[in-house]
Amino acid sequence: MPLNRDWIGRKAPQGEPVEITRNDIRRFAAAIGDDNPLYTDRAAARAAGYPDVVAPPTFLISASTGGGDGGFIRDPDLRLDFGMVVHGEETFAFTRPVVAGDVLTMEQRIQDMAVKGSNELLTLVTEVTDAAGEHVASITNVIVSRGTA
Amino acid sequence: MPSSSPTFAEVQVGTEIPAREFQLKRENLVRYAGASGDFNVIHWNERIAKSVGLPNVIAHGMLTMATAGRLVTDWVGDPGKVLRYGVRFSRPVVVEDDDQGATLTVSGVVEEKNDDGTVVVGLTATVGDNKVLMGAKAVVRL
Repeated sequence: MPLNRDWIGRKAPQGEPVEITRNDIRRFAAAIGDDNPLYTDRAAARAAGYPDVVAPPTFLISASTGGGDGGFIRDPDLRLDFGMVVHGEETFAFTRPVVAGDVLTMEQRIQDMAVKGSNELLTLVTEVTDAAGEHVASITNVIVSRGTA
Repeated sequence: MPSSSPTFAEVQVGTEIPAREFQLKRENLVRYAGASGDFNVIHWNERIAKSVGLPNVIAHGMLTMATAGRLVTDWVGDPGKVLRYGVRFSRPVVVEDDDQGATLTVSGVVEEKNDDGTVVVGLTATVGDNKVLMGAKAVVRL
């Protein structure tokens, strides 16, 4: 059954701000096997001009709802069958790098739905802002719903 | 991390980032699941992966993306200089339960030089003869 088009433009319920810790960054960097010192060495990060250690470019996936539980897109009314889902695209666009100590707010919305062959493409956009309300990053995630078009 | 980062002046359209190989083993998938919070069973349960038609457990697309991205962050040195990074996932990376796992080969080439001091790096990521990422690009400030 096709996705429910009424959901285009819908926003996820606002979650609590997420505090990014040095340990979160260290653990993520270790998991991707990356020993860049700016992820773990505060002195090196400060020497490079950052207030604290820097997060890898794809780190925010762990702090956004795209990280696994699927968040509000699991609502049955959307009619997204997770058994038919594959990850289509992912893009991170940064206004500034994420650093330890950031307290980030994620605002996620369904940007678009499109048909491609027998599949549907669901585009989720997450806007990430810091405690001062300044923009940090935009994350675009395209989910492929196989055979539901 | 290289001993010296490339400068905007010395980088040209066509400048290549040499290919590197990365091993993705089951252990890497388990670690990534924990660090990312993505516990989808197709990334760790062979029985369920096969029951939904996959040849075996597959790597998280985001782990493939993160691993390919290391080519760029190691090249530039400072990962905070990556302004944009995007990929399309074209094929799953199948990870057998052995000591080798999957071998991801990643190479890069500078595709554009912009007036604002940024360059666009195009990445190629393959397992065997198959491209596992398409349209993989990073915008980097040098």
